[in-house]
Amino acid sequence: MNVVIPAVNWSVIGPELILSLMAMLLLLVNVLAKKAAGGVIPYLSLAGVIIALFFCISLWGQSQYAFNRMVVQDNYSLFFKIIFLITAGLSILMSIRFLKREGFEYGEYYVLLLFATVGMMLMASAADLIIIFLGLETFSLAIYVLAGFFRTQPKSNEASLKYFLLGAFSTGFLLYGIALIYGATGTTHLKGIYQFVSKIHFLTDPLLLIGMGLLIVGFGFKVASVPFHMWTPDVYEGAPTSVTAFMSVGAKAAGFAAFLRVFLYSMSSLQADWVWILWVLAVLTMTLGNLVAIAQKNIKRMLAYSSIAHAGYILVAMVAASELSTASILYYLLAYAFMNLGAFGVVILYGRKGEENILINDYSGMASKYPLLAAAMAIFMFSLAGIPPTAGFVGKFYIFSAAIKAGYIGLAIIGVLNSALSVYFYLRVTVMMYMRNPEKEQAPLEMCPALVVALVIAVFGTLQMGIIPSQYLNLARQSILALM
Amino acid sequence: MNQAAFPILTLITFFPLLGAVVLLFLNKENKETIRRVTLVVTLLEFIFSLPLFFNFRLDTAAMQFVEKVPWIPEYGVTYHLGIDGISLFLVLLTTLLTFVSVMACWKDIQDKVREFMICLLFLETGMIGVFASLDLFLFYVFWEVMLIPMYLLIGIWGNPKRRIYAAVKFFIYTMVGSVLMLVAILVLYFHNGAATGKYTFDLLQLYNFQVPKDIQVWLFLAFGLAFAIKVPMFPFHTWLPDAHTEAPTVGSVLLAAVLLKMGTYGFLRFSIPLFPQASFQLVPLISILALIGIIYGALVCMVQKDLKRLIAFSSVSHLGFVMLGLFALNMQGIQGGILQMLNHGFSTGALFLLVGMIYERRHTRMIEDFGGLWKQMPIFAAFFIVVTLSSIGLPGLNGFVGEFLILVGTFKSTGIYAVIAATGIILAAAYMLWMYQRVMFGEVTKEENKALKDLSGREILVLSCVTLFIFWIGIYPQTFLSRMEPTVKSYIVQVNTKYQAGLKLQGGEKLQVAQAKQNSESRSQNPE
Repeated sequence: MNVVIPAVNWSVIGPELILSLMAMLLLLVNVLAKKAAGGVIPYLSLAGVIIALFFCISLWGQSQYAFNRMVVQDNYSLFFKIIFLITAGLSILMSIRFLKREGFEYGEYYVLLLFATVGMMLMASAADLIIIFLGLETFSLAIYVLAGFFRTQPKSNEASLKYFLLGAFSTGFLLYGIALIYGATGTTHLKGIYQFVSKIHFLTDPLLLIGMGLLIVGFGFKVASVPFHMWTPDVYEGAPTSVTAFMSVGAKAAGFAAFLRVFLYSMSSLQADWVWILWVLAVLTMTLGNLVAIAQKNIKRMLAYSSIAHAGYILVAMVAASELSTASILYYLLAYAFMNLGAFGVVILYGRKGEENILINDYSGMASKYPLLAAAMAIFMFSLAGIPPTAGFVGKFYIFSAAIKAGYIGLAIIGVLNSALSVYFYLRVTVMMYMRNPEKEQAPLEMCPALVVALVIAVFGTLQMGIIPSQYLNLARQSILALM
Repeated sequence: MNQAAFPILTLITFFPLLGAVVLLFLNKENKETIRRVTLVVTLLEFIFSLPLFFNFRLDTAAMQFVEKVPWIPEYGVTYHLGIDGISLFLVLLTTLLTFVSVMACWKDIQDKVREFMICLLFLETGMIGVFASLDLFLFYVFWEVMLIPMYLLIGIWGNPKRRIYAAVKFFIYTMVGSVLMLVAILVLYFHNGAATGKYTFDLLQLYNFQVPKDIQVWLFLAFGLAFAIKVPMFPFHTWLPDAHTEAPTVGSVLLAAVLLKMGTYGFLRFSIPLFPQASFQLVPLISILALIGIIYGALVCMVQKDLKRLIAFSSVSHLGFVMLGLFALNMQGIQGGILQMLNHGFSTGALFLLVGMIYERRHTRMIEDFGGLWKQMPIFAAFFIVVTLSSIGLPGLNGFVGEFLILVGTFKSTGIYAVIAATGIILAAAYMLWMYQRVMFGEVTKEENKALKDLSGREILVLSCVTLFIFWIGIYPQTFLSRMEPTVKSYIVQVNTKYQAGLKLQGGEKLQVAQAKQNSESRSQNPE
């Protein structure tokens, strides 16, 4: 009997394969050498990430399909994969000492992190709704476990359970939406849906309408947009800070990767139907995120609400729905990766065993004792607020110019006013650091080299993307052509 | 356009930043070394800026010392620097006053000296960048960047009680105006691109674009809000008294002398030439707000108990004069406005320096705590009276030249405004002289005042640098006016031409619409 194995274009999922293999290898290492969790496992996982990164860069510019045209590899997916790999790399660097300090030094952490990254990358290369779901579930499950990693801390357990329950529920919505769209169009393939939908002149099919709505709910949950955001502050606060850092950037970027592909490509001809929903979501998300962040006393919760607000800015660009806006979203997510990971990195570095120092008031007087650390935090805060010459400013500039070009001037005005509003709570951190005296005596910080390297990379990225943005803007521009 | 052979503007803009980097390597305990290094850096900076003055060509009205390099070409953003008669003196004012400030804060700032000097140098870069930028994106970057060091200066080294409140208020207030200006910049960018096919942020190219009338007013208001907050114009002035009173002496000096000028400079460089129809249409609005600022500012000054707050409100009043002059939109008005910008920089800067000196001795700024100081500190009294009279506008000193030109220009355009503004001069004399009398004249009533030391050599040097210009501009203003004249002349011609062209375009459009209506009417009548 002849078994015919279909020819598979493995290089399309090359980066995912590399990371999966590395993760499985790490599982073995973890079993065989228990102590390795503190030693070689993190660096092996980092090596895997770097190899995958080089692989991605080598694939740049090519466009190919695999697995019966269900998985695609184009510049768009490569750009996102690079974002995920940078996120994973920086998170690994930040986790090494953190886990040791908190006493949860297990190798499974890095394995789960790598698997989560694989899921995110798969979601970015998906050309089919089923693959989107597959990628979504892969990284979601990994993050559910990671959020509860500090299993003796009740907050961590609460975060994990909340995320799991709400996540499972919203994935149900997503799946139901996929099923309805399949029922309406006859295919789950994105290109097939695009071809079907572009022939429709008046959208009256209730299956398609409800399917779109459910998809928006599903994706909206993942990217933490209002009113699907309620899980974000509790999960971000309860999860271990390095996991929070990872998921605040990675999960959001993955969600947007799929969101953009489905709505700005497949559903692009039905723009008039869904764009107003996103308009309302964008305004609500930005405004609520910024307003509630003002009231926060805990820095992790403040950063959680700030990440909700940033999802709002990206939704503004989605409303604009043009080539320029897609490029701006790509640029913004890369900038967001650097500045958000940097901010969480400082939060990790500033904590000590037993007292995590996560109240904003605990940051008072940091500048007098740790001037460089305070300067780094200030750079991240200014970048998140959108003040030049940082990446955050150029990103917001790019997004609002896309919105204005598409004619949504009211939305742009709401966006910039929200930006000005957000300055208050970002500035509050710098006020604490620079303008107040230290409130309590604290033990000296342990400067672990890996974390310092991560912070240096984040600062460098934030400033370089802000001062010489040209090459990054070009990369973002090249990455959307395949999508459109 | 005069391309510069040597990138002198880039040097002047970024040299302070280089100095700040050098300071990072110094040990923070070496306070004297830090101060000396900063002094040398700012002195060199001032010397570097002198060639701008001496090599300034009087035969051309175009931008000089131009540097233009593409920065983000896909977007049309260029690194475009250049100065003309309007910005030349503002740049020189900045470099001179930063140098003077370093000398002034020698004894004042005792902790975190290195960080203070770094902030100061960073601020200088931002300020010069704002005045030299000829690209809207670059201008916006410098405009926002300049907020950070000022915010830190007020918040860290200001008066402990309310400095954080003042700093945050300053930052957010200015930021709200700026972000609306960002939206306006983008709208202008896209309209220009759609109309001419060339997407650019370059100011000189955008000058040629006739903005459609309906959006022109909105764009003018959006830009205008950002600048009006900066000037500050009534009713957006409420951040100023807090920021000025709570800031350290040097912070107040730079805030008053340079930062406030960015608002008026912005109106002159951006709002009026980009949106001439809207400007002409809104002259009454701006002029009335300016007049309210003059009179209200002066009246509020009369009841102030705190010296710094009094001078802060007097800034509102003086800059009302500048706005009035600028929006007279004629030769005398604009020249007077620019000159008065300089004058205000010198006289109010000097006033803050003087108040700072007295605060260092007595640690109070309340007028009632003083009295009879002229006997203890005669040199101080002499400088103080000179600066007070300059602020009032006594002939022979700088204030008179500026105010006179402004009043002449305003009278030419709308007589009644000049009449009302002139009462502002009377009020200025009232509050300033009354304040001087309470502080300096009379008998020494408070014990602490009996042992005050007069000015030290350093303080005399600081004040002399500024007073020199007070006399120079007052006695021989031609040095300054001659360099402004070609630019202002061509500026007025440019604005008027664009305004007329815009009217014709509008008229042409109206004519076309009317003709189309006529045609359709005649066609509808024909079948019948």
